[in-house]
Amino acid sequence: MTAYEPVIGLEVHAELETASKMFCACEVVDSTSARPNTAICPVCLGMPGVLPVVNRQAVEYGLMVGLALHCEIPAFNQFARKSYFYPDLPKGYQISQYEYPLAVNGWLEIDLPDGASRQIRIRRAHLEEDTGKLTHVDGHSLVDLNRAGVPLLEIVSEADIHSAEEAEAYARKLRAILQYLGVNSGDMSKGVLRFEANVSVRPVGSDELRTRTEIKNLNSIRSLARGVAYEIERQTAVWESGGAVQQATMGWDETRQVTVVQRVKESADDYRYFPEPDLPVLEISPEWVETVRAQLPELPDAKRDRYMNALGLTRYDASVLVAERAVAEYFEAALAAGGDPKQLANYITGDVFRQMNLEGREREEIGSLRLTPQALAQLVTLVQQGTINHGIAKRLLETLYAEGGDPAALVEQQGLAQVTDESVLAGAISAVLDENPDEVARYLAGEDKLIKFLMGKVMKALRGKGDAQIVQRLLADQLEARRV
Amino acid sequence: MLTDLTLAEAHARLRAGEITAVELTQAHLDRIAALDPQVCAYLIVTGEQALEAAAQADRRRQQGEDAPLLGIPLAIKDVLVTQGVPTTCGSRILEGFIPPYTGTAVQRLFDAGAIMLGKTNTDEFAMGSSTENSGYCTTHNPWDLDRVPGGSSGGSAAAVAGHMALGALGTDTGGSVRQPAAFCGVSALKPSYGRISRYGLIAFASSLDQIGVFGRSVEDMALLMNVIAGHDPQDSTSIDAPVPDYVAALTGDIRGLRVGVPREYFVEGMQPEVEHAVRAAIEQFTALGAEIQEISLPHTSYGLPVYYLISAAEASSNLARFDGVRYGPRESQGAMWPTYKATRGHGFGAEVKRRIMLGTYALSAGYYDAYYLKAQKVRTLVKQDFDRAFESVDVILSPTTPTTAFRIGEKVDDPLQMYLSDVLTLPASLSGIAGVSVPCGFDADGMPIGLQITGAAFGEPTVLRAAHAYQQATDWHRQSPAL
Repeated sequence: MTAYEPVIGLEVHAELETASKMFCACEVVDSTSARPNTAICPVCLGMPGVLPVVNRQAVEYGLMVGLALHCEIPAFNQFARKSYFYPDLPKGYQISQYEYPLAVNGWLEIDLPDGASRQIRIRRAHLEEDTGKLTHVDGHSLVDLNRAGVPLLEIVSEADIHSAEEAEAYARKLRAILQYLGVNSGDMSKGVLRFEANVSVRPVGSDELRTRTEIKNLNSIRSLARGVAYEIERQTAVWESGGAVQQATMGWDETRQVTVVQRVKESADDYRYFPEPDLPVLEISPEWVETVRAQLPELPDAKRDRYMNALGLTRYDASVLVAERAVAEYFEAALAAGGDPKQLANYITGDVFRQMNLEGREREEIGSLRLTPQALAQLVTLVQQGTINHGIAKRLLETLYAEGGDPAALVEQQGLAQVTDESVLAGAISAVLDENPDEVARYLAGEDKLIKFLMGKVMKALRGKGDAQIVQRLLADQLEARRV
Repeated sequence: MLTDLTLAEAHARLRAGEITAVELTQAHLDRIAALDPQVCAYLIVTGEQALEAAAQADRRRQQGEDAPLLGIPLAIKDVLVTQGVPTTCGSRILEGFIPPYTGTAVQRLFDAGAIMLGKTNTDEFAMGSSTENSGYCTTHNPWDLDRVPGGSSGGSAAAVAGHMALGALGTDTGGSVRQPAAFCGVSALKPSYGRISRYGLIAFASSLDQIGVFGRSVEDMALLMNVIAGHDPQDSTSIDAPVPDYVAALTGDIRGLRVGVPREYFVEGMQPEVEHAVRAAIEQFTALGAEIQEISLPHTSYGLPVYYLISAAEASSNLARFDGVRYGPRESQGAMWPTYKATRGHGFGAEVKRRIMLGTYALSAGYYDAYYLKAQKVRTLVKQDFDRAFESVDVILSPTTPTTAFRIGEKVDDPLQMYLSDVLTLPASLSGIAGVSVPCGFDADGMPIGLQITGAAFGEPTVLRAAHAYQQATDWHRQSPAL
């Protein structure tokens, strides 16, 4: 049987969080919550006689993304009109870029779960304006144009992606970069970041490109991964059964977890692109590019390398910490509060994430936890100083996660400090050994593993607070002493 | 009669306190009421607002204020948006549309104290050469009511020719102020592309459209230009360059002016009286001390096809917004596509639909390179003709139109014949350069003939100086129709 490999390209529409819209002075508002048609003016309404004026900030945000994606920035930039009729498109055309986009020929490095990394080429990134939104109520369609004219950056990858996992890694990395740059919140539920996947499959080893489908309605990165995985399986099954994949736009059905055909494309759409005559050519000088480059913040890859080189973290830990800007900020805040980097990394990627997973919280919400980065730093320090042991620390973290609070104060109030007094520890040990003569005898007869059982009994008797190292030493001593 | 004054004369009398803005405005409104039922220059007359504005202008003047156009009543072509006043572009698809804002040029007129008498008729979306394509009425030429006034700014030209306004704004995409000025015996200037903000000009062809001015003298046009010219941050295609004083440019002296006469502009089929009048005007320039030379603009004949491809392509896109969703009448058919089709199918007239189809075709995938892109390349050649010519001459003289005004109905069934009436004005539009038309004679039927004076980009001062010197030496522009 033939094995198939997927060929995937991603198109991303990222709204740029500028103060005003792409071609007018209207405020950019949260289009999911603002009252409909309150952030509008004659320009974004497409009133007769209006003209667009390019938003400089949007151009600079676009340049930042282009540079972060290692793109070339051509000096000659031109806007173009993309024509089609739809009630959410006020002018009957969208001002976009076609022949001469803002940024071209870049790449993005993705980190895969197996620790490997790969470069995915970026074909282009271009500026355009968003459309309005339609709401369908009782057989009528209501038009809200608050979003019409909001700056969008469309980022198009080459078809370099070959699995759902890679698609997910690409999406996560790209979203992180946008968040690091401060140009997009990454909140897919609000539609400010939208992914579309072009998927086809082909026999492994072939370099042909078979008919592809486009998947829309991917409202989270998880949906993207699942939608792509489903579509790969579906297409593979079609080819294997002797059928042929039809070119179509598919929609991801979140409830049924399947892709469904939205529109079959028999011919390519003709958008009748032509250069926008209302806007002169946008010239981007090398000086402008360098000014913007100088303003770029530390990006995920650079941050990861710094965590590895300067803080001694493993590549895995460093990658996980930088994957979300919010997590990196949390880590750095804890670091600033005096925590040990490796311990902090362990706690964040271990216990903290586990707690968040239990609650179903996204990692980017880490900044709003009751467990503050300062408290986590203090907790780590208490462990390092020997004030509490790891077991107590884990329990304390759960309390802090649920209720917040000050670790040192909690240790004081609840008497959680580690017991290091050897006479107290020796008393507890001898009591446990007296209560378990059989296990002691079997240990002495050669069943080494029983020391763990006895150790657990002792720690339990000490309510978890015994200094594990001392307990281990004293326990071994007392057992030896009981050898006849 | 107050309506016989030129804009400059009226302005001087207002300043001297000899007349009031209310008297001046009322005189024009009275004349409009008496004559416009036959001429149909105006689509809407805003008499009440005009008198209110006039009273305010008089109050301001009494308080010692002055402004460049304080109290001057003007006509505005109905493709320029005016807040609170219906703006239709002569199209049924905008019937009842009341804009929420005023365009830059009109606002500058208002800020300078001008009074709007009303909105003038136009070929639908400025597409036409006779105003017969208006969705509302055909404007009649004040010199002969059986003839067209030209177009598309025929309403503004007729209003100024008929003394129903002291001056007017029009728009010129391929000759739409110069051609009607020639047909109606008035003066008009199409400024260089970028000289006047297009913000508030309802686009026909964005890379060609330019607001122009009408007057009964070159001086009147210069007074209007001084107010409306200049950069506008809301129009990225407007040029951020200093605005010269156009009135100061009118020195009356053109000695040594280098004048080119392009052989390609004396076309076959030209009305002999037109050629005769223009040749006489050229002699007048010689008499005034100008140096005449014959020149060649070899790509002239490509102007017409290039213009109709580019302007139609841009129009097909610019007119996409008229879908009945946000403004204008909607012919609801329930579902989306049938509603679009009914709204646009009934709202647009035949000529507009012809150009939308032509433009859509020219921009279609597979045809774009052969039509739109090729047309843009040839447009560059046409422009280079002028660049070369202006290395050796300061202005170019030619007829504005091959014939005088034709009869109403004469060319409505033959679009190509209609298009040919703009053949001499199109090349300057494609090149974005300045051009005026001034009266230079009459044909045997008593219809006015226009002389076109074309200058380099932003050469308005030179063009106006030449036109003004000609008017100082002639009195064609002082003739008025006997309405």
